[in-house]
Amino acid sequence: MDTIINKAPDTHSVGIIAPQIARFTEPLRLKSGAVIDEYQLAYETYGTLNSDRSNAVLICHALNASHHVAGFYADQPTNYGWWDNMIGPGKPVDTRRFFVVGVNNLGGCHGSTGPASINPRTGKPWGGRFPVVTVEDWVAAQARLADRLGIDRFAAVMGGSLGAMQSLQWTISYPDKLSHSVVIACAPNLSAQNIAFNEVARQAIVSDPDFHGGDYYEQGVKPHRGLRVARMIGHITYLSDDEMASKFGRQLKNGKFSYSFDTEFQIESYLRYQGDKFSDYFDANTYLRITKALDYFDPAFEHGGNLTRALAIAKAAFLVVSFTTDWRFSPERSREIVKALLDNRCDVTYAEIDAPHGHDAFLLDDQRYHRLVAAYFDRIADQCRA
Amino acid sequence: MKNGNGTAAHRPDFAAIAGWINSGSSVLDLGCGDGTLLRYLKETRRTTGYGVEIDDSGVLACVKNGVSVVQSDLERGLSGFGDGSFDYVVLSQTLQAMKNSEIIIREMLRVGREGIVTFPNFGYWKNRLEVLRGRMPISENLPYEWFNTPNVRLCTVADFERFCSERGIRIVERKVLTHGKPVNVLPNLLGALAVYHFGNGRKA
Repeated sequence: MDTIINKAPDTHSVGIIAPQIARFTEPLRLKSGAVIDEYQLAYETYGTLNSDRSNAVLICHALNASHHVAGFYADQPTNYGWWDNMIGPGKPVDTRRFFVVGVNNLGGCHGSTGPASINPRTGKPWGGRFPVVTVEDWVAAQARLADRLGIDRFAAVMGGSLGAMQSLQWTISYPDKLSHSVVIACAPNLSAQNIAFNEVARQAIVSDPDFHGGDYYEQGVKPHRGLRVARMIGHITYLSDDEMASKFGRQLKNGKFSYSFDTEFQIESYLRYQGDKFSDYFDANTYLRITKALDYFDPAFEHGGNLTRALAIAKAAFLVVSFTTDWRFSPERSREIVKALLDNRCDVTYAEIDAPHGHDAFLLDDQRYHRLVAAYFDRIADQCRA
Repeated sequence: MKNGNGTAAHRPDFAAIAGWINSGSSVLDLGCGDGTLLRYLKETRRTTGYGVEIDDSGVLACVKNGVSVVQSDLERGLSGFGDGSFDYVVLSQTLQAMKNSEIIIREMLRVGREGIVTFPNFGYWKNRLEVLRGRMPISENLPYEWFNTPNVRLCTVADFERFCSERGIRIVERKVLTHGKPVNVLPNLLGALAVYHFGNGRKA
């Protein structure tokens, strides 16, 4: 086995970084028709933008992550970015060559304008009135941040899962503003089963008595219980059956049955721990909106269900990666994307990584996966002379 | 899946293939290995196109070679590729290692206007001699022992031509090589490596 799983950051980290805020006063019209008059985006950057501004890479985050992609904060030395194993000096996306941008999406809860922010029209938190946002809206906001940073064209836009959907959307919304799209563990839209899991998660949140129609900030409470269950459901879909079996199996916390409803199996304990941790730092209104953004994502929808036509406008070169044990967004779903790109004669490379970890594999540093991404970014670096 | 893994210079069939491919055309290379042929064609014939490869290390080597590659198992067919998408579909030194030989030949002519296939000629006299001696042949083009060979569908020049004629597949051109040199006399006996350019029965 040459697969080494190591979530712990190594010495090749970008080190101490600080988040930044970009404020925008030009109203943003969302796909739903709603308008956000003014907003801010939290972002981080790593590496240096070269003189011809050709080495910028945008990293898009998935459901629960943020703009904190790599490195750590001076006052939180263990709070490493969520993709620190991928991005840093000497890593697949090498910050000695690339200028990497991480951004918290609109509607988020890590510093960008979201449901917990004050609505300038009312002077109160947006709460349940914060509009529903889509992948297209996020990409539009990211494009404004790129303008602010003086980036006319990204060398690459990259993401996993929901982040990969944003990378794909970039090639449709702004085909001339990126050279490469890196699409990892993606799907061209959600299946009925995917939507079903999201709906159960949403129902867990909205049926929590502390939800108050989304206006819980003023009540001084949070729908912890609902968000906790939502996260537990999500976690089940991120792991493969085999991975769960090998990690937890039927292991018992105390070695014997207690014939009660306490936490007995290790998997129960794990899910409860993940749920508790998540509900402490994440905002339920944001979670609701992100799951809706996932549900709505379907570039083919406006083209009669024809993904080939939806991607006909794309000009970028693509790296598409899937993982064999990912049942949330299975390799078959990535192959649909690849088929549409091949139909359009796009420059596409597709790799199917035989990894045991399920959907979460995109966050882990399986060597076959990282070597491939590293080789692809070498190619990008040659093209943009990074 | 591909037998041997050398540079273009070490692969006599590559030069033969390149000689048939028009400049600027589109090529799909099935079982493309490290992408050497596609890179060679891109450099010498300005072709565009993709490789298909099942092996992880081949896919990685393709990325390093600057070749666009789709990781896929040829035994599952070419459903990811639309009808008539390519000028040429190439299957070099891979046919003999495939179980669904007939399906892949049909798929090549669905996806491409024309196909190019290369395979070791089992009818080569040295192979016949080895079999007469009671041993499975091992040679430059068949470098494996019986117990570790990936080859499951070995055939001769005569077999392949009969296969094509029975199925209405039109052979456009044939080159038979031994040690990289063309063989014009008794090709099924004197040729070690067969290279065929074929199309659908009707005129393309």
